[in-house]
Amino acid sequence: MILQGRIWLFGDNIDTDAIIAARYLSTTEPRELAAHLMEDIKPDFPGLVQNGDIIVAGNNFGCGSSREHAPLAIKGAGISCVIARSFARIFYRNSINIGLPILECDEDLSGLRAGEDQLKVNFDLGTITHLQSGREYQAAPFPPFMQELISRGGLVEYVKARLEGC
Amino acid sequence: MMSYGNGMTMVEKIFAARVEQDRLSPGDLVNVKVDLALGNDITAPVAIKEFKRFGLDRVFDPEKIVLVPDHFTPNKDIAAAEQALVLRRFAEDYGLKYYFEVGRMGIEHALLPEQGLVRPGMIIIGADSHTCTYGAIGAFATGVGSTDLAAAMASGEAWFKVPPTIRFEYSGHLPEWVSGKDLILLTIGDIGVDGARYRAMEFAGTAIDTLPMDGRLTMANMAIEAGGKCGYMQPDQITFDYLEGRVAQAYTSVYSDQDAVYEKRYTYDVSNLEPQVAFPPSPDNVYPVSEAKGVKLDQVVIGSCTNGRIDDLRAAASVIRGRKIKKGLRLLVIPATQQIYRQAMDEGLLADFIDAEAAVSTPTCGPCLGGHMGILARGERALATTNRNFVGRMGHPESEVFLSSPAVAAASAVAGTIVHPGEVLS
Repeated sequence: MILQGRIWLFGDNIDTDAIIAARYLSTTEPRELAAHLMEDIKPDFPGLVQNGDIIVAGNNFGCGSSREHAPLAIKGAGISCVIARSFARIFYRNSINIGLPILECDEDLSGLRAGEDQLKVNFDLGTITHLQSGREYQAAPFPPFMQELISRGGLVEYVKARLEGC
Repeated sequence: MMSYGNGMTMVEKIFAARVEQDRLSPGDLVNVKVDLALGNDITAPVAIKEFKRFGLDRVFDPEKIVLVPDHFTPNKDIAAAEQALVLRRFAEDYGLKYYFEVGRMGIEHALLPEQGLVRPGMIIIGADSHTCTYGAIGAFATGVGSTDLAAAMASGEAWFKVPPTIRFEYSGHLPEWVSGKDLILLTIGDIGVDGARYRAMEFAGTAIDTLPMDGRLTMANMAIEAGGKCGYMQPDQITFDYLEGRVAQAYTSVYSDQDAVYEKRYTYDVSNLEPQVAFPPSPDNVYPVSEAKGVKLDQVVIGSCTNGRIDDLRAAASVIRGRKIKKGLRLLVIPATQQIYRQAMDEGLLADFIDAEAAVSTPTCGPCLGGHMGILARGERALATTNRNFVGRMGHPESEVFLSSPAVAAASAVAGTIVHPGEVLS
């Protein structure tokens, strides 16, 4: 899988309350949630984000609450991929489970220009290319188990196959 | 630095026993049967939607799924009412034994231990990040998302990577007015909100040996605030006394080996510890209460899955008894379960709060996550016994939340500014 998109930058420890505030959790619809994505820390973000854009963040992205509404809101906004130096574990799990592509990359991407620069992400090779400069970054590979989950289309399909197998 | 040994930690042993292996190490992947799977009115509707994709007419075990409508209940608006209805209908349709309706319910992480649903050695997942609370009883318990809950409701299983364990030792004895909340805030302040990311946190030491169960539940509850996968105490007499009369089934306590391998160890001498306060906007922004002195408050909240238990209410009431809260400030007291509510009434604690001009509410998570029952306006500042103080957590993005123990919260409600309880009582 190869994705290409314009990037938006976020810092360290972006919590799931910041991604989607609790006052919007009385819906489970990704599109409705997306209208409030990152609203409390970047109020203009829902209006700026376009289909295919990529979120680039620092350490511990998605910490705090287990709300799956957070990756759902990101997916609903058309974000194609989240790249972070590290992810909080429940957010990581939720993203894999619902099929939101995420990548861990320990290289410093914070110097990129938000809303302008484009990245090309090759999930098979784990490479991230900065289109403007041609510079290449390496992301951490997924463990084989995760790859199987992803290739089956998420946790529900994976467990379904397991249940049908026995 | 690694410790050298061949033994296993409590969490490694719980998983090893479940997959019938002699040994497991951090990083090993396991697929295990879960003993309980939990959801609430925010997370379960998404899980139920995903569960339907399995096309099953039954859940894996109707006695092992627990649904608790506690976040936006009593229903705060029509949308919340619709979500609560999804839980109620699912519980009826699938014959769930443990669905707790308003009037019987409590905040899930206070309710499950109280009702005897948590036993040492269990593996528990919950679609709520504070599911890690149950580690205080010697269970492996961790928060997951809604899709994980859906898969567990269908299959009874969940996958885990065995986590490395960090040991936290608290030596000495806690001074007056210093509680489990202060120990966990101290720890999070020290290691940061990702200091235990993906790790199990083992809490031990002389200060833990004498810490009552309610204080232990508070500590394990906030393991997630350091990024922890779980936080736990090994069962002891305090655990067994707590379980007595609550748990009918037999259980097997699991203990870390003497030569267990820990990824890291932290030690704290807590004999001279001050009460701790987390400043906005992060639970790791922690200072001693003396450095928070004088911070002016609009609202104080005593409650939540972190600090809404009977010991918490007793500590708060002992400070507030016979006093009035500061004019212009609102104090909300929210007993975490119906049983705690009733006990607080019997002990006269509710009278202490009401006489002080506090508002006392039925159990709800409400204000902790900015849901309802105590939302902050722009520029307002609250001190809460809850667990998170992120931007906008309790209301307007330009409001602020400080975190503390119930005793500090009660004293500060009287003073109108953040203060050490000793100062209000002197």
